[in-house]
Amino acid sequence: MASVVAGVSRLVCGATAVWQCDPRAVRQRIYFANHTSHLDFIAIWSALPPALRAAVRPVAGSDYWAKGRLRPYLARRVFDAVLIDRPRPGTATAATASASIQRMAEEMGGRRSLIVFPEGTRTVDGQVGPFKSGLYHLARLRRDVELVPVYLENLNRILPKGEMLPVPMLSRVVFGPPFPVLEDEEKHEFLARARAAVLGLHGGQ
Amino acid sequence: MNDMDPTLLRLVAGILALLVVASAAGWMLRRLVTGETHRGTVENINARIRAWWVMALVFAVSVTTGRAGSIVLFTLISFLALREFVTLAPTGAGDHRALFWCFFVATPLQYALIWTGWYGLFSVLIPVYVSIFVAIRTAVAGDTARFLERTAVTQWGLLVCVYFVSYVPALLMLHIPGYEHHNAALIFFLVVVVQLSDVLQYVWGKTVGRRPISPSVSPNKTWEGFIGGVVSATAIGVSLWWATPFRPAQALGIAFTITVMGFCGGLIMSAIKRSRGVKDYGTLIEGHGGMLDRIDSLLFAAPVFFHLTRFFFAR
Repeated sequence: MASVVAGVSRLVCGATAVWQCDPRAVRQRIYFANHTSHLDFIAIWSALPPALRAAVRPVAGSDYWAKGRLRPYLARRVFDAVLIDRPRPGTATAATASASIQRMAEEMGGRRSLIVFPEGTRTVDGQVGPFKSGLYHLARLRRDVELVPVYLENLNRILPKGEMLPVPMLSRVVFGPPFPVLEDEEKHEFLARARAAVLGLHGGQ
Repeated sequence: MNDMDPTLLRLVAGILALLVVASAAGWMLRRLVTGETHRGTVENINARIRAWWVMALVFAVSVTTGRAGSIVLFTLISFLALREFVTLAPTGAGDHRALFWCFFVATPLQYALIWTGWYGLFSVLIPVYVSIFVAIRTAVAGDTARFLERTAVTQWGLLVCVYFVSYVPALLMLHIPGYEHHNAALIFFLVVVVQLSDVLQYVWGKTVGRRPISPSVSPNKTWEGFIGGVVSATAIGVSLWWATPFRPAQALGIAFTITVMGFCGGLIMSAIKRSRGVKDYGTLIEGHGGMLDRIDSLLFAAPVFFHLTRFFFAR
């Protein structure tokens, strides 16, 4: 089932994967990417080699993925997603956010990797918005894993926010070099550096 | 396959023989050539030859299995070409719905018309009705920024990637007296002459090419390559006259016309790439680039070949 979904996704997204880190290294990673489309994590997931794909879990909002019949099936059985509660804008509390981060760190265990979208929501027109603090806290909790920035190119044109049906253009998934976590770095500095790392992969070969 | 046309069998055998010769030549080149820069060229040539094997086999199997095979093959080619074209085109969110219709309705419909043999609608569907539809759908979406550019680029994409390409399997619709059930050989003639003209222009250009025709568009296209390629591919076209309804002198005129149109197709598609700042349309075919990079020479040759054949030979 997983390879069928990955095949269809590669067909629709016409994705070329570009690797600036080692695609064969079997180690725990947190892939963090820009977010412009519902197809984003499927695109990353399909671009991974099967061995890494089996170990990776996307982090997704339960408000979208727990609805209906197909989505929960895909989220649990195929993608094995970590579903988190996304607080409605304005009602965000530090407690729910911190509990979600805690859960992500735990759900990784000793073997799994995560795909996260630090902007927290999809942007329009392919812009990369400011990163929320989740990635910073997650990186502090799991200092043992590798952070990998990922740039998704053109997915916003394949399935823009608000559209139901995809237009099958070509896209690229650029996996950047491992992103170092520096000691004594302020939260906002870390987040700005992480965002710049993602943006820096635009057009990467 | 049970009653395969002997003409087609001979053409397929000829293509296979040519590929064997090309592979042997590639192998010799690898053994003979030393030096870093030339080695890169030889590796690229060998990658191209390997890809030619795959493309020739897919083409030969599709076209010899009859109408369905040809129509399905060229539908897929149009689909892949259109996706490469639209990816590079400056379209925005306001074009999403119109593009969806282009991919999933206009493209299959155009090829379905070849299947049903409805020539009248086939010849006007995209230039008239789909063009009007695209303009309306884009206007209804409401984004007026660069409206004309966005609409025009979508219409152009459909015209070159779907409408022009569909003229290749449309050759099966022609009724040529004394040539019934042989139309697949016309597809072979067109594709083989035009693609060989591409290869021969490359070979002549690499070996004796000096004077570029239009350096700003394509520095690799030279007068020597153009003339050598057109003359030698036209000679091949004449030598294939027995597979066509043409007499040798007619085959000469037609082969010459389609090789020149093939050159123009390559030049124009290169100009679009330059204006978008890319070298290739995609990475689908190793050594060749994308689908559009491979079929650029067929785009303008196909409709001209179709109409010449239809006007002078069909009833």
